[in-house]
Amino acid sequence: MIEVQNLTKRYGNLVAVDNVSFRVEHGEILGFLGPNGAGKTTTMRIITGYMPPTDGSVRVADFDVLENPMKAKRLIGYLPENPPLYNDMTVEGYLDFVADLKRVSKKDKKRKVDIAMERCGIANVRKRLIGNLSKGYRQRIGIAQAIVHDPVVLVLDEPTIGLDPKQIIEIRHLIKSLAGERTVVLSTHILPEVTMVCTRVVIINEGRIVLEESLDRISERVGGAQVLFLKINYRNDEVREKILSLDHVSHVTENASGEFIIRTKGTADIREELAKTIVQNGWGLLEMRPLTHTLEDVFLKVISTEGE
Amino acid sequence: MKAIFTILKRELKSYFASPVAYIILVVFLVLSGIFFFFYLESFIKSQFDPRFQLFREKLNLNEFVIRPYFGTISVVLLFIIPLITMRLIAEERKNFTAELLFTLPVRVSQIVLGKFLASFSLFAIMLVLSAIYLVVLRVYGNPDLGPVLSAYLGLFLLGGSLISAGLFASSLTENQIVAAVISFGILLVFWILGASSDADNSILGYISIINHFDNFTKGVIALRDTIYYLSFVFFGLFLTYIMVESERWR
Repeated sequence: MIEVQNLTKRYGNLVAVDNVSFRVEHGEILGFLGPNGAGKTTTMRIITGYMPPTDGSVRVADFDVLENPMKAKRLIGYLPENPPLYNDMTVEGYLDFVADLKRVSKKDKKRKVDIAMERCGIANVRKRLIGNLSKGYRQRIGIAQAIVHDPVVLVLDEPTIGLDPKQIIEIRHLIKSLAGERTVVLSTHILPEVTMVCTRVVIINEGRIVLEESLDRISERVGGAQVLFLKINYRNDEVREKILSLDHVSHVTENASGEFIIRTKGTADIREELAKTIVQNGWGLLEMRPLTHTLEDVFLKVISTEGE
Repeated sequence: MKAIFTILKRELKSYFASPVAYIILVVFLVLSGIFFFFYLESFIKSQFDPRFQLFREKLNLNEFVIRPYFGTISVVLLFIIPLITMRLIAEERKNFTAELLFTLPVRVSQIVLGKFLASFSLFAIMLVLSAIYLVVLRVYGNPDLGPVLSAYLGLFLLGGSLISAGLFASSLTENQIVAAVISFGILLVFWILGASSDADNSILGYISIINHFDNFTKGVIALRDTIYYLSFVFFGLFLTYIMVESERWR
Protein backbone atom coordinates (compact mmCIF):
# COMPACT_ATOMS: atom_id res chain seq x y z
CA MET A 1 0.00 0.00 0.00
CA ILE A 2 2.82 2.34 0.86
CA GLU A 3 6.19 1.76 -0.69
CA VAL A 4 9.10 3.91 0.39
CA GLN A 5 12.25 3.48 -1.65
CA ASN A 6 15.73 4.80 -0.92
CA LEU A 7 14.34 7.91 0.63
CA THR A 8 16.91 10.57 1.43
CA LYS A 9 16.32 14.07 2.71
CA ARG A 10 19.09 16.58 3.30
CA TYR A 11 18.76 20.02 4.80
CA GLY A 12 21.98 21.61 3.65
CA ASN A 13 24.65 19.44 5.23
CA LEU A 14 22.32 17.79 7.70
CA VAL A 15 21.06 14.41 6.59
CA ALA A 16 17.64 14.01 8.16
CA VAL A 17 16.65 10.80 6.41
CA ASP A 18 19.29 8.55 4.92
CA ASN A 19 18.40 5.95 2.31
CA VAL A 20 15.29 4.64 4.01
CA SER A 21 13.20 1.90 2.38
CA PHE A 22 10.22 0.03 3.73
CA ARG A 23 6.82 -1.25 2.70
CA VAL A 24 3.50 -1.19 4.46
CA GLU A 25 0.96 -3.74 3.33
CA HIS A 26 -2.76 -3.19 3.12
CA GLY A 27 -4.42 -3.32 6.53
CA GLU A 28 -1.24 -3.13 8.54
CA ILE A 29 -0.57 -0.76 11.41
CA LEU A 30 3.05 0.24 11.22
CA GLY A 31 4.65 1.72 14.29
CA PHE A 32 7.33 4.24 13.49
CA LEU A 33 9.68 4.41 16.43
CA GLY A 34 12.73 6.42 17.19
CA PRO A 35 14.25 8.94 19.55
CA ASN A 36 13.48 12.61 19.03
CA GLY A 37 15.13 14.00 15.92
CA ALA A 38 15.52 10.58 14.33
CA GLY A 39 13.73 11.63 11.13
CA LYS A 40 10.25 10.27 11.82
CA THR A 41 8.42 13.50 11.10
CA THR A 42 10.48 14.20 8.01
CA THR A 43 9.71 10.76 6.60
CA MET A 44 6.00 11.23 7.26
CA ARG A 45 6.02 14.66 5.69
CA ILE A 46 7.55 13.18 2.56
CA ILE A 47 5.01 10.34 2.45
CA THR A 48 2.15 12.82 2.68
CA GLY A 49 3.61 15.04 -0.01
CA TYR A 50 4.26 18.02 2.25
CA MET A 51 7.87 18.15 1.18
CA PRO A 52 9.73 16.44 -1.62
CA PRO A 53 12.65 14.13 -0.84
CA THR A 54 16.18 14.92 -1.94
CA ASP A 55 16.31 11.46 -3.40
CA GLY A 56 14.17 8.34 -3.62
CA SER A 57 10.49 7.77 -4.17
CA VAL A 58 7.26 7.09 -2.33
CA ARG A 59 4.30 5.25 -3.80
CA VAL A 60 0.89 5.27 -2.16
CA ALA A 61 -1.35 2.62 -3.67
CA ASP A 62 -0.79 3.07 -7.41
CA PHE A 63 0.39 6.65 -7.34
CA ASP A 64 3.81 8.16 -6.98
CA VAL A 65 3.59 11.00 -4.48
CA LEU A 66 6.02 13.13 -6.48
CA GLU A 67 4.69 12.49 -9.95
CA ASN A 68 1.02 12.29 -9.20
CA PRO A 69 0.57 14.27 -6.01
CA MET A 70 -3.10 15.15 -6.44
CA LYS A 71 -4.21 11.54 -6.76
CA ALA A 72 -1.91 10.29 -4.01
CA LYS A 73 -2.95 13.02 -1.59
CA ARG A 74 -6.61 12.13 -1.97
CA LEU A 75 -5.91 8.68 -0.53
CA ILE A 76 -4.10 9.93 2.54
CA GLY A 77 -5.37 11.23 5.84
CA TYR A 78 -2.63 13.03 7.72
CA LEU A 79 -2.34 14.22 11.28
CA PRO A 80 0.81 16.36 11.61
CA GLU A 81 2.79 16.66 14.83
CA ASN A 82 0.93 19.86 15.71
CA PRO A 83 -2.76 19.56 14.91
CA PRO A 84 -3.40 22.02 12.07
CA LEU A 85 -6.42 23.91 13.34
CA TYR A 86 -8.00 27.27 12.60
CA ASN A 87 -8.80 28.78 15.97
CA ASP A 88 -11.48 31.08 14.61
CA MET A 89 -13.62 28.26 13.23
CA THR A 90 -16.14 26.00 14.90
CA VAL A 91 -15.34 22.29 15.02
CA GLU A 92 -18.08 21.51 12.54
CA GLY A 93 -17.16 24.39 10.23
CA TYR A 94 -13.56 23.27 10.22
CA LEU A 95 -14.32 19.66 9.36
CA ASP A 96 -16.70 20.89 6.69
CA PHE A 97 -13.92 23.01 5.19
CA VAL A 98 -11.44 20.11 5.20
CA ALA A 99 -14.04 17.74 3.72
CA ASP A 100 -14.69 20.24 0.93
CA LEU A 101 -11.02 20.49 0.05
CA LYS A 102 -10.71 16.71 0.20
CA ARG A 103 -13.49 16.60 -2.38
CA VAL A 104 -16.03 14.73 -0.33
CA SER A 105 -19.20 14.87 -2.39
CA LYS A 106 -21.89 17.18 -1.16
CA LYS A 107 -24.43 14.51 -0.31
CA ASP A 108 -21.93 12.45 1.72
CA LYS A 109 -20.38 15.38 3.52
CA LYS A 110 -22.79 15.83 6.39
CA ARG A 111 -22.80 12.11 7.15
CA LYS A 112 -19.03 11.76 6.96
CA VAL A 113 -18.39 14.78 9.16
CA ASP A 114 -20.84 13.37 11.69
CA ILE A 115 -19.18 9.96 11.65
CA ALA A 116 -15.71 11.48 12.10
CA MET A 117 -16.90 13.57 15.05
CA GLU A 118 -18.66 10.58 16.57
CA ARG A 119 -15.61 8.32 16.27
CA CYS A 120 -13.28 10.89 17.82
CA GLY A 121 -15.72 11.82 20.58
CA ILE A 122 -15.99 15.49 19.69
CA ALA A 123 -19.66 15.61 18.67
CA ASN A 124 -20.52 17.39 21.91
CA VAL A 125 -18.32 20.37 21.04
CA ARG A 126 -19.32 20.66 17.38
CA LYS A 127 -20.55 24.24 17.69
CA ARG A 128 -17.65 25.49 19.82
CA LEU A 129 -14.77 27.57 18.55
CA ILE A 130 -11.63 25.49 18.20
CA GLY A 131 -9.54 28.20 19.84
CA ASN A 132 -11.42 27.72 23.12
CA LEU A 133 -10.94 23.96 23.36
CA SER A 134 -8.43 22.01 25.42
CA LYS A 135 -5.39 20.22 24.08
CA GLY A 136 -7.13 16.84 24.24
CA TYR A 137 -10.00 18.05 22.11
CA ARG A 138 -7.68 19.77 19.67
CA GLN A 139 -5.74 16.57 19.17
CA ARG A 140 -8.93 14.64 18.54
CA ILE A 141 -10.18 17.26 16.09
CA GLY A 142 -6.87 16.75 14.31
CA ILE A 143 -7.58 13.02 14.05
CA ALA A 144 -11.16 13.66 12.94
CA GLN A 145 -9.79 15.89 10.20
CA ALA A 146 -7.52 13.08 9.04
CA ILE A 147 -10.29 10.47 8.80
CA VAL A 148 -13.10 12.66 7.54
CA HIS A 149 -12.84 11.56 3.90
CA ASP A 150 -12.45 7.86 4.70
CA PRO A 151 -8.87 7.59 3.46
CA VAL A 152 -7.32 4.22 2.71
CA VAL A 153 -4.03 5.38 4.19
CA LEU A 154 -3.68 7.13 7.52
CA VAL A 155 -0.47 8.82 8.57
CA LEU A 156 -0.50 9.88 12.22
CA ASP A 157 2.41 11.75 13.74
CA GLU A 158 2.30 11.08 17.48
CA PRO A 159 -1.48 10.80 17.70
CA THR A 160 -1.73 10.36 21.46
CA ILE A 161 0.49 13.24 22.51
CA GLY A 162 -1.18 15.62 24.93
CA LEU A 163 -4.08 13.35 25.79
CA ASP A 164 -5.05 12.14 29.23
CA PRO A 165 -4.79 8.40 29.98
CA LYS A 166 -8.45 7.73 29.31
CA GLN A 167 -8.36 9.51 25.98
CA ILE A 168 -5.14 7.72 25.05
CA ILE A 169 -6.90 4.39 25.49
CA GLU A 170 -9.85 5.62 23.44
CA ILE A 171 -7.63 6.83 20.63
CA ARG A 172 -5.72 3.55 20.59
CA HIS A 173 -9.01 1.70 20.28
CA LEU A 174 -10.00 4.08 17.53
CA ILE A 175 -6.78 3.47 15.61
CA LYS A 176 -7.17 -0.27 16.02
CA SER A 177 -10.74 -0.12 14.80
CA LEU A 178 -9.65 1.90 11.78
CA ALA A 179 -7.13 -0.70 10.73
CA GLY A 180 -8.11 -3.68 8.67
CA GLU A 181 -9.91 -1.60 6.10
CA ARG A 182 -7.12 0.95 6.15
CA THR A 183 -3.38 1.11 6.29
CA VAL A 184 -1.99 3.08 9.19
CA VAL A 185 1.45 4.51 9.80
CA LEU A 186 1.88 6.06 13.21
CA SER A 187 4.91 7.47 14.90
CA THR A 188 5.40 7.53 18.60
CA HIS A 189 8.04 7.33 21.26
CA ILE A 190 5.76 5.65 23.74
CA LEU A 191 6.93 2.06 23.49
CA PRO A 192 3.96 0.27 25.07
CA GLU A 193 1.77 2.02 22.55
CA VAL A 194 3.47 0.13 19.76
CA THR A 195 2.99 -3.18 21.52
CA MET A 196 -0.67 -2.41 22.04
CA VAL A 197 -1.58 -1.00 18.66
CA CYS A 198 0.82 -1.99 15.93
CA THR A 199 1.33 -5.12 13.90
CA ARG A 200 4.78 -4.17 12.71
CA VAL A 201 7.47 -1.81 13.81
CA VAL A 202 10.17 0.21 12.09
CA ILE A 203 12.80 1.68 14.35
CA ILE A 204 14.68 4.62 12.94
CA ASN A 205 17.69 6.37 14.39
CA GLU A 206 19.74 9.24 13.00
CA GLY A 207 17.85 8.97 9.73
CA ARG A 208 18.50 5.29 9.17
CA ILE A 209 16.32 2.25 9.66
CA VAL A 210 17.89 0.12 12.35
CA LEU A 211 15.15 -2.46 12.65
CA GLU A 212 12.10 -3.48 10.69
CA GLU A 213 10.19 -6.42 12.06
CA SER A 214 6.78 -7.73 12.96
CA LEU A 215 6.00 -7.54 16.65
CA ASP A 216 5.75 -11.32 17.06
CA ARG A 217 9.31 -11.77 16.00
CA ILE A 218 10.68 -9.08 18.21
CA SER A 219 10.24 -11.07 21.37
CA GLU A 220 12.29 -13.85 19.83
CA ARG A 221 15.00 -11.38 19.09
CA VAL A 222 15.76 -10.75 22.74
CA GLY A 223 16.65 -14.41 23.07
CA GLY A 224 13.14 -15.31 24.12
CA ALA A 225 14.03 -15.09 27.80
CA GLN A 226 11.10 -14.52 30.09
CA VAL A 227 11.10 -12.31 33.11
CA LEU A 228 8.66 -12.92 35.95
CA PHE A 229 7.74 -10.75 38.85
CA LEU A 230 6.81 -12.66 42.00
CA LYS A 231 5.51 -11.48 45.36
CA ILE A 232 4.90 -13.84 48.26
CA ASN A 233 3.89 -13.45 51.84
CA TYR A 234 6.78 -15.39 53.35
CA ARG A 235 10.31 -14.57 54.35
CA ASN A 236 13.00 -17.14 54.36
CA ASP A 237 16.45 -17.39 52.88
CA GLU A 238 15.76 -20.76 51.37
CA VAL A 239 13.06 -19.39 49.04
CA ARG A 240 15.57 -17.98 46.61
CA GLU A 241 17.56 -21.20 46.58
CA LYS A 242 14.46 -23.28 45.98
CA ILE A 243 13.27 -21.17 43.05
CA LEU A 244 16.74 -21.23 41.58
CA SER A 245 16.73 -24.98 41.73
CA LEU A 246 13.70 -25.18 39.45
CA ASP A 247 14.23 -26.18 35.85
CA HIS A 248 15.05 -23.40 33.34
CA VAL A 249 15.59 -20.67 35.94
CA SER A 250 18.74 -18.68 35.31
CA HIS A 251 18.57 -15.71 37.70
CA VAL A 252 16.66 -14.82 40.81
CA THR A 253 17.02 -11.44 42.42
CA GLU A 254 15.25 -10.40 45.59
CA ASN A 255 14.06 -6.83 45.47
CA ALA A 256 12.25 -5.93 48.63
CA SER A 257 10.83 -8.26 51.21
CA GLY A 258 9.17 -11.13 49.42
CA GLU A 259 9.56 -9.63 45.94
CA PHE A 260 11.53 -11.51 43.32
CA ILE A 261 12.53 -10.98 39.73
CA ILE A 262 12.99 -14.33 38.00
CA ARG A 263 14.71 -14.82 34.66
CA THR A 264 14.43 -17.99 32.64
CA LYS A 265 16.69 -19.66 30.16
CA GLY A 266 15.27 -20.00 26.65
CA THR A 267 11.59 -19.64 25.98
CA ALA A 268 10.36 -22.08 28.60
CA ASP A 269 7.27 -21.10 30.54
CA ILE A 270 7.88 -21.87 34.20
CA ARG A 271 4.81 -20.21 35.68
CA GLU A 272 2.88 -23.41 36.28
CA GLU A 273 5.82 -25.14 37.89
CA LEU A 274 6.59 -22.11 40.01
CA ALA A 275 3.03 -21.77 41.28
CA LYS A 276 3.00 -25.42 42.25
CA THR A 277 6.22 -25.05 44.23
CA ILE A 278 4.91 -22.01 46.06
CA VAL A 279 1.65 -23.64 47.01
CA GLN A 280 3.35 -26.85 48.10
CA ASN A 281 5.65 -24.94 50.42
CA GLY A 282 2.83 -22.76 51.69
CA TRP A 283 4.59 -19.44 50.93
CA GLY A 284 1.42 -17.49 50.36
CA LEU A 285 1.37 -16.34 46.73
CA LEU A 286 0.40 -12.66 46.46
CA GLU A 287 1.32 -11.77 42.91
CA MET A 288 2.93 -13.27 39.85
CA ARG A 289 3.12 -11.59 36.45
CA PRO A 290 5.37 -11.60 33.41
CA LEU A 291 7.44 -8.50 32.83
CA THR A 292 7.41 -7.77 29.11
CA HIS A 293 10.02 -5.17 28.55
CA THR A 294 11.01 -6.81 25.33
CA LEU A 295 10.35 -3.94 22.95
CA GLU A 296 12.10 -1.50 25.22
CA ASP A 297 15.05 -3.85 25.38
CA VAL A 298 15.20 -4.11 21.61
CA PHE A 299 14.79 -0.40 21.19
CA LEU A 300 17.59 0.53 23.55
CA LYS A 301 19.83 -2.22 22.27
CA VAL A 302 19.34 -1.31 18.64
CA ILE A 303 19.75 2.38 19.19
CA SER A 304 22.79 2.18 21.42
CA THR A 305 24.67 -0.26 19.18
CA GLU A 306 24.03 2.03 16.26
CA GLY A 307 25.82 4.82 18.06
CA GLU A 308 29.03 2.86 18.46
CA MET B 1 -12.28 25.95 -9.22
CA LYS B 2 -14.33 24.77 -6.27
CA ALA B 3 -11.22 24.62 -4.11
CA ILE B 4 -10.49 28.28 -4.82
CA PHE B 5 -13.97 29.19 -3.72
CA THR B 6 -13.73 27.05 -0.57
CA ILE B 7 -10.51 28.80 0.42
CA LEU B 8 -11.90 32.21 -0.44
CA LYS B 9 -14.95 31.55 1.72
CA ARG B 10 -12.90 30.44 4.70
CA GLU B 11 -10.53 33.40 4.48
CA LEU B 12 -13.35 35.87 4.20
CA LYS B 13 -15.19 34.32 7.15
CA SER B 14 -11.99 34.45 9.11
CA TYR B 15 -11.64 38.19 8.42
CA PHE B 16 -15.05 38.78 9.89
CA ALA B 17 -14.62 36.31 12.75
CA SER B 18 -12.06 38.64 14.29
CA PRO B 19 -12.33 42.38 14.78
CA VAL B 20 -9.73 42.92 12.02
CA ALA B 21 -12.14 43.37 9.13
CA TYR B 22 -14.46 45.65 11.08
CA ILE B 23 -11.65 47.85 12.32
CA ILE B 24 -10.16 48.16 8.85
CA LEU B 25 -13.54 48.99 7.35
CA VAL B 26 -14.32 51.59 9.98
CA VAL B 27 -10.89 53.23 9.78
CA PHE B 28 -11.08 53.37 6.01
CA LEU B 29 -14.60 54.77 5.98
CA VAL B 30 -13.79 57.41 8.59
CA LEU B 31 -10.59 58.47 6.81
CA SER B 32 -12.17 58.63 3.38
CA GLY B 33 -15.16 60.47 4.87
CA ILE B 34 -12.91 63.08 6.44
CA PHE B 35 -11.01 63.64 3.20
CA PHE B 36 -14.21 63.79 1.21
CA PHE B 37 -15.57 66.37 3.60
CA PHE B 38 -12.41 68.52 3.40
CA TYR B 39 -12.32 68.56 -0.38
CA LEU B 40 -16.01 69.32 -0.59
CA GLU B 41 -15.72 72.08 1.95
CA SER B 42 -12.81 73.77 0.19
CA PHE B 43 -14.72 73.46 -3.08
CA ILE B 44 -17.71 75.25 -1.61
CA LYS B 45 -15.49 77.95 -0.08
CA SER B 46 -13.75 78.60 -3.36
CA GLN B 47 -17.13 79.14 -5.00
CA PHE B 48 -17.29 82.37 -3.05
CA ASP B 49 -13.63 83.24 -3.43
CA PRO B 50 -13.25 86.25 -5.77
CA ARG B 51 -9.97 84.86 -7.12
CA PHE B 52 -11.82 81.97 -8.73
CA GLN B 53 -14.55 84.09 -10.31
CA LEU B 54 -12.57 84.62 -13.51
CA PHE B 55 -12.55 80.94 -14.44
CA ARG B 56 -15.77 79.72 -12.91
CA GLU B 57 -16.33 77.20 -15.70
CA LYS B 58 -13.27 75.31 -14.50
CA LEU B 59 -14.60 75.19 -10.98
CA ASN B 60 -16.40 71.86 -11.13
CA LEU B 61 -16.93 68.92 -8.79
CA ASN B 62 -14.78 66.54 -10.80
CA GLU B 63 -11.65 68.69 -10.73
CA PHE B 64 -11.99 69.96 -7.19
CA VAL B 65 -13.53 67.09 -5.27
CA ILE B 66 -13.44 63.80 -7.10
CA ARG B 67 -9.90 63.83 -8.46
CA PRO B 68 -8.17 64.87 -5.24
CA TYR B 69 -10.45 62.54 -3.30
CA PHE B 70 -9.40 59.50 -5.33
CA GLY B 71 -5.77 60.61 -5.20
CA THR B 72 -5.92 60.62 -1.42
CA ILE B 73 -7.77 57.32 -1.27
CA SER B 74 -4.97 55.71 -3.25
CA VAL B 75 -2.49 56.84 -0.58
CA VAL B 76 -4.73 55.59 2.22
CA LEU B 77 -4.81 52.19 0.50
CA LEU B 78 -1.03 52.08 0.58
CA PHE B 79 -1.28 51.98 4.36
CA ILE B 80 -4.34 49.80 4.74
CA ILE B 81 -3.75 47.02 2.22
CA PRO B 82 -0.67 45.61 4.01
CA LEU B 83 -2.86 45.18 7.10
CA ILE B 84 -5.37 43.19 5.07
CA THR B 85 -2.82 40.94 3.44
CA MET B 86 -0.31 40.38 6.23
CA ARG B 87 -2.00 37.34 7.69
CA LEU B 88 -2.77 35.46 4.49
CA ILE B 89 0.14 33.03 4.41
CA ALA B 90 2.14 34.03 7.47
CA GLU B 91 -0.65 32.93 9.77
CA GLU B 92 -0.94 29.51 8.12
CA ARG B 93 2.69 28.92 9.00
CA LYS B 94 2.32 30.13 12.55
CA ASN B 95 -0.74 27.93 13.18
CA PHE B 96 0.82 24.86 11.53
CA THR B 97 -2.12 24.81 9.16
CA ALA B 98 0.28 25.16 6.23
CA GLU B 99 1.05 21.49 6.74
CA LEU B 100 -2.63 20.66 6.34
CA LEU B 101 -3.13 22.91 3.35
CA PHE B 102 -0.18 21.54 1.42
CA THR B 103 -1.05 17.90 2.06
CA LEU B 104 -4.62 18.30 0.86
CA PRO B 105 -5.41 17.48 -2.76
CA VAL B 106 -5.30 21.18 -3.60
CA ARG B 107 -2.89 22.93 -5.95
CA VAL B 108 -0.67 25.68 -4.61
CA SER B 109 -1.99 27.94 -7.37
CA GLN B 110 -5.52 27.39 -6.09
CA ILE B 111 -4.47 28.31 -2.57
CA VAL B 112 -2.70 31.47 -3.75
CA LEU B 113 -5.64 32.51 -5.91
CA GLY B 114 -8.20 31.79 -3.19
CA LYS B 115 -6.31 33.91 -0.73
CA PHE B 116 -5.82 36.73 -3.20
CA LEU B 117 -9.51 36.78 -4.02
CA ALA B 118 -10.43 36.77 -0.32
CA SER B 119 -8.43 39.93 0.33
CA PHE B 120 -9.74 41.41 -2.87
CA SER B 121 -13.31 40.75 -1.77
CA LEU B 122 -12.75 42.52 1.53
CA PHE B 123 -11.19 45.39 -0.38
CA ALA B 124 -14.18 45.47 -2.73
CA ILE B 125 -16.58 45.60 0.22
CA MET B 126 -14.55 48.52 1.53
CA LEU B 127 -14.78 50.43 -1.74
CA VAL B 128 -18.47 49.73 -2.21
CA LEU B 129 -19.25 51.01 1.28
CA SER B 130 -17.23 54.16 0.70
CA ALA B 131 -19.16 54.86 -2.49
CA ILE B 132 -21.86 56.36 -0.29
CA TYR B 133 -19.98 59.68 -0.38
CA LEU B 134 -20.20 59.80 -4.14
CA VAL B 135 -23.85 58.87 -4.03
CA VAL B 136 -24.39 61.88 -1.80
CA LEU B 137 -22.46 64.00 -4.26
CA ARG B 138 -24.60 62.73 -7.09
CA VAL B 139 -27.84 63.44 -5.27
CA TYR B 140 -26.95 67.03 -4.39
CA GLY B 141 -24.67 67.94 -7.28
CA ASN B 142 -24.03 67.09 -10.88
CA PRO B 143 -20.58 65.53 -11.18
CA ASP B 144 -19.56 63.88 -14.42
CA LEU B 145 -20.06 60.16 -13.72
CA GLY B 146 -17.65 58.85 -16.36
CA PRO B 147 -14.46 59.75 -14.48
CA VAL B 148 -15.99 58.42 -11.25
CA LEU B 149 -16.54 55.01 -12.78
CA SER B 150 -13.13 54.94 -14.43
CA ALA B 151 -11.55 56.01 -11.13
CA TYR B 152 -13.26 53.06 -9.44
CA LEU B 153 -11.94 50.74 -12.11
CA GLY B 154 -8.50 52.24 -11.46
CA LEU B 155 -8.91 51.73 -7.72
CA PHE B 156 -9.78 48.08 -8.22
CA LEU B 157 -6.73 47.59 -10.41
CA LEU B 158 -4.48 49.49 -8.02
CA GLY B 159 -5.92 47.60 -5.04
CA GLY B 160 -5.37 44.28 -6.77
CA SER B 161 -1.73 45.20 -7.35
CA LEU B 162 -1.23 46.27 -3.74
CA ILE B 163 -2.86 43.04 -2.54
CA SER B 164 -0.70 40.82 -4.73
CA ALA B 165 2.42 42.56 -3.40
CA GLY B 166 1.12 42.11 0.15
CA LEU B 167 0.38 38.45 -0.48
CA PHE B 168 3.92 37.96 -1.68
CA ALA B 169 5.30 39.68 1.44
CA SER B 170 3.14 37.39 3.57
CA SER B 171 4.63 34.34 1.88
CA LEU B 172 8.13 35.35 2.98
CA THR B 173 7.68 35.00 6.73
CA GLU B 174 5.62 33.50 9.50
CA ASN B 175 5.38 36.77 11.39
CA GLN B 176 2.45 38.98 10.44
CA ILE B 177 4.11 42.20 11.54
CA VAL B 178 7.17 41.43 9.47
CA ALA B 179 4.90 40.67 6.51
CA ALA B 180 3.13 44.02 6.91
CA VAL B 181 6.41 45.93 7.15
CA ILE B 182 7.86 44.17 4.11
CA SER B 183 4.78 44.79 1.97
CA PHE B 184 4.68 48.41 3.08
CA GLY B 185 8.34 48.68 2.09
CA ILE B 186 7.77 47.13 -1.32
CA LEU B 187 4.79 49.38 -2.04
CA LEU B 188 6.57 52.49 -0.86
CA VAL B 189 9.50 51.80 -3.15
CA PHE B 190 7.15 51.36 -6.10
CA TRP B 191 5.43 54.58 -5.08
CA ILE B 192 8.58 56.69 -4.69
CA LEU B 193 10.00 55.52 -8.01
CA GLY B 194 7.39 57.69 -9.71
CA ALA B 195 8.18 60.78 -7.67
CA SER B 196 11.84 60.54 -8.55
CA SER B 197 11.04 60.71 -12.23
CA ASP B 198 8.14 62.63 -13.64
CA ALA B 199 9.13 62.47 -17.26
CA ASP B 200 6.48 60.81 -19.35
CA ASN B 201 8.64 58.26 -21.08
CA SER B 202 11.08 57.32 -18.35
CA ILE B 203 11.24 53.69 -17.35
CA LEU B 204 11.14 54.48 -13.65
CA GLY B 205 8.06 56.55 -14.24
CA TYR B 206 6.43 53.61 -15.95
CA ILE B 207 7.32 51.21 -13.17
CA SER B 208 5.86 53.46 -10.51
CA ILE B 209 2.60 52.09 -9.23
CA ILE B 210 0.91 55.45 -8.69
CA ASN B 211 1.65 57.20 -12.00
CA HIS B 212 -0.78 54.93 -13.77
CA PHE B 213 -3.62 55.78 -11.47
CA ASP B 214 -3.82 59.44 -12.41
CA ASN B 215 -5.28 58.78 -15.86
CA PHE B 216 -8.15 56.81 -14.40
CA THR B 217 -9.24 59.77 -12.26
CA LYS B 218 -9.31 61.93 -15.36
CA GLY B 219 -11.69 59.50 -17.00
CA VAL B 220 -9.05 58.02 -19.27
CA ILE B 221 -8.84 54.23 -19.39
CA ALA B 222 -5.55 53.71 -21.17
CA LEU B 223 -4.41 50.30 -22.29
CA ARG B 224 -0.87 50.78 -20.99
CA ASP B 225 -2.14 51.55 -17.48
CA THR B 226 -4.51 48.61 -17.44
CA ILE B 227 -1.83 46.27 -18.72
CA TYR B 228 0.59 47.61 -16.13
CA TYR B 229 -1.73 46.82 -13.23
CA LEU B 230 -2.80 43.44 -14.55
CA SER B 231 0.79 42.37 -15.07
CA PHE B 232 1.67 43.67 -11.60
CA VAL B 233 -1.06 41.47 -10.13
CA PHE B 234 0.04 38.49 -12.17
CA PHE B 235 3.67 38.98 -11.23
CA GLY B 236 2.87 39.24 -7.53
CA LEU B 237 0.81 36.07 -7.62
CA PHE B 238 3.45 34.27 -9.62
CA LEU B 239 6.22 35.21 -7.17
CA THR B 240 4.03 34.10 -4.28
CA TYR B 241 3.47 30.77 -5.98
CA ILE B 242 7.20 30.33 -6.56
CA MET B 243 7.95 31.29 -2.98
CA VAL B 244 5.48 28.84 -1.47
CA GLU B 245 6.49 26.01 -3.78
CA SER B 246 10.23 26.48 -3.42
CA GLU B 247 10.16 26.75 0.35
CA ARG B 248 9.32 23.09 0.64
CA TRP B 249 12.04 22.11 -1.78
CA ARG B 250 14.79 23.51 0.35
